[in-house]
Amino acid sequence: MKKTLMLAGLFVATAAVADEKPVLTVYAPDYFTSEWGPGPAIEKGFEEVCACDLKFVAGDVLPRILLEGDKTEADVVIGLNTDVTARARATGLFAPHGQDTGALTLPIAWTDDTFLPFNWSETAFVYDRTKLANPPQSFQELLDAPDSLKIAIQDPRSSISGLALLLWVKGVYGDKAPEAWAKLAPKVLTVTPGWSESYGLFTDGEVDMVLSYTTSPAYHLIAEDDDTKVAAIFPEGHYFLTEVAAQLKGTDQPELAQKFMDYILSDAFQGMIATANWSYPAIIKPGFLPEKFAALPRPDKTIFFDETEAEALRQPALDEWLAAFAK
Amino acid sequence: MARRLREISLPALAAALVAGLVLVPLGAVVIRAGGFSALRGADLAALRFTLWQAALSAALSCLLAMPVARALNRRRFAGRSVLISLMGAPFILPTIVAVIGLIAIFGRRGALNAGLEALGLPTLTIYGAHGVILAHVFFNLPLATRMILHGWQAIPAERMRLAASLGFGPAQVQRHLEWPMLRSVLPGTFLAIFLVCLTSFAVALTLGGGPRATTVELAIYQAFRFDFDLGRAASLALVQVFVCLAALAVASRLTAPPAFGAGLDRAPMRFGGGRALLVQDLLAIAGAAAFLLTPIGAIVARGLPALPDLSPAIWRACATSLGLAAASTLLTLALALPLSLAAPRHRWAEGAAMLPMVASSLVLGTGLFLIARPFVNPATLALPVTLLANAALSLPFVVRLLIPEVRVLQADYDRLAASLNLRGLARLRLLTLPRLARPLGFGAGLSAAFPMGDLGVITLFSDGETRTLPLALFQLMGAYRMDQAAAAACLLMTLTFALFWACDRIGHHADPR
Repeated sequence: MKKTLMLAGLFVATAAVADEKPVLTVYAPDYFTSEWGPGPAIEKGFEEVCACDLKFVAGDVLPRILLEGDKTEADVVIGLNTDVTARARATGLFAPHGQDTGALTLPIAWTDDTFLPFNWSETAFVYDRTKLANPPQSFQELLDAPDSLKIAIQDPRSSISGLALLLWVKGVYGDKAPEAWAKLAPKVLTVTPGWSESYGLFTDGEVDMVLSYTTSPAYHLIAEDDDTKVAAIFPEGHYFLTEVAAQLKGTDQPELAQKFMDYILSDAFQGMIATANWSYPAIIKPGFLPEKFAALPRPDKTIFFDETEAEALRQPALDEWLAAFAK
Repeated sequence: MARRLREISLPALAAALVAGLVLVPLGAVVIRAGGFSALRGADLAALRFTLWQAALSAALSCLLAMPVARALNRRRFAGRSVLISLMGAPFILPTIVAVIGLIAIFGRRGALNAGLEALGLPTLTIYGAHGVILAHVFFNLPLATRMILHGWQAIPAERMRLAASLGFGPAQVQRHLEWPMLRSVLPGTFLAIFLVCLTSFAVALTLGGGPRATTVELAIYQAFRFDFDLGRAASLALVQVFVCLAALAVASRLTAPPAFGAGLDRAPMRFGGGRALLVQDLLAIAGAAAFLLTPIGAIVARGLPALPDLSPAIWRACATSLGLAAASTLLTLALALPLSLAAPRHRWAEGAAMLPMVASSLVLGTGLFLIARPFVNPATLALPVTLLANAALSLPFVVRLLIPEVRVLQADYDRLAASLNLRGLARLRLLTLPRLARPLGFGAGLSAAFPMGDLGVITLFSDGETRTLPLALFQLMGAYRMDQAAAAACLLMTLTFALFWACDRIGHHADPR
């Protein structure tokens, strides 16, 4: 009895706070909402134009939506990756974003009417040019490099960049992917659960190269004034990664949710992505990229599997990867 | 009859609460999944690897802890108690922090390899199954050492005096005093470490070197995150519960009852033995100290420079974590005491207390989320759920520490207490608490330390604002701020250790011996 009362009390307490302004609930990944992520700037920017209270709920976005189903309190989700949009779409919980995707300046064509990209980057191996004198100039050179070259990668089963590497290798080597992995595996010093641990190993000098993004050097250049960290650009192409947002069909704030989808492609939002998220904005206009950011080397070729292809490749590519490491 | 009922009602309540906390969420996940799903071949490989590494890690930790505990028991030197406390630090380190420290020493560019290279010797690699085991020994050697040391200290001084007066040499002391003591302490120590290593997750991931080092806990995480296969996650979680119960059954069969009888709490006399023993003890202590303390030094060295750069948000996260730790400690002790006191007579009490050790925090969090979701906004439960989960997760360690001493206490003093009609609160105050002060203090230290490193269950309940220190650390790393992350790691370690040390000291001072 006492417990029910207590729970009811908590309920009332949240309801009372929520009464003042309409609340837009946005589910976002953990990294998003810290003061070092893009969340605070987005919240501030949107609240200036919406006369509402934007509330981020940070955590595992898709598992949570899948657990909650149509009872979810989310009005909008942000920070999903293309590797999970197929499963997210299958829930039937999401509504069209209503934006003109022709305005996007992505290196690939994007026509999805539900999931709206707000930033992008490409996978790349990052190294320190003062420590690695002869970095591989192509993916093939990386495979052929001596096994004393040590790299850190992420586990495709727990990390989006790890999964992107599987698809990258698949995109470059196709049916020859198992052979490519057989050559790469001995250079892999370790496989970490997430990107952070790998990158930490790299900045501590433990590995020569780390699986990261073409945009990673921007942080070091701009925030640390350090030009020693470089992304190796391979002529075979780099795998495209984007983070997307979507609004929910069952939202009780449909106008606010739509307004937020509009806001995502606004200049205010897109203009701050570069340094808030250390990735390219989905729309690049003059002034959106700091000079040093804009000067980053770009690959000639971008590799991308849409969600249907990626979903079909996921399991076989994972099995090939596991087989390469089982030896 | 009524008295007997009263005697077990409290432990039964605690046991029901703990078992419910572990099993009900698992049930909720199973119901949601629509039943258990079949395991895959890879899951069985993960189970094999998990059992193998857990057994090996536990065996090595116990084996190495014996000479260290014996040396620490036999020798007195300046700074001994500080050293004992400090050497406990690795066990309470959050995994992510410990891995940073281990890599700084044993990594490819670590101090050890730099030294080997300078000497022209071949270098070593920490990555691979042996790295996982090295890390586990690093974590658990302190726990093993402390548990065994408590055992040594519990041998009454009178027995040692008798041994000396009978002219026992080291071999005879070993056979008649130390071996029986080890028989009653070692199985429990092995069990505790085996179970910790069973659910190892982050260590196996980062130091495992690749997917061959996949543990069951990692398979649960992947079933949940990568495949969203709740049924498989639940099946794997159930496998962990069964392994736990089986290990518990084996350990309790092997545990010998204490047989020394009560002493008079005289100051123990040391029989140092000859020069060979001195050298042996010196090596054991110096070796353990170097192994355990250098990574800790490395974390401090790496973290200190950026300490002033930490933002106010980090200090707020510190306060959250500290509050969480204090509340969790109280709750843990409130559950641990009745369960440990009942454990020697009722097997179920020990079983319930050990269960949370193998509860997958991901399944626990998901299950609680599924249960709470229809009634209340999960975000409002972020802290209570974290608190409850942490109290449950640290309970097994505290109970494990208490049980051997409770056995001794009951064997030695039950009849005396009964003849004095010492019961209820008076018994608790005059007999139970003072005799158990040391393990209670140590246990309180552990349970204060655990929530400090916790990340596990909070994600589904996160309200986006409440931030614990380890979560802030991860967010810093995720935002490229590796230096500040190292500073946060150093801070996290220092705070955790300070909490642990304070509780441990209080326990020491409260012990009348």
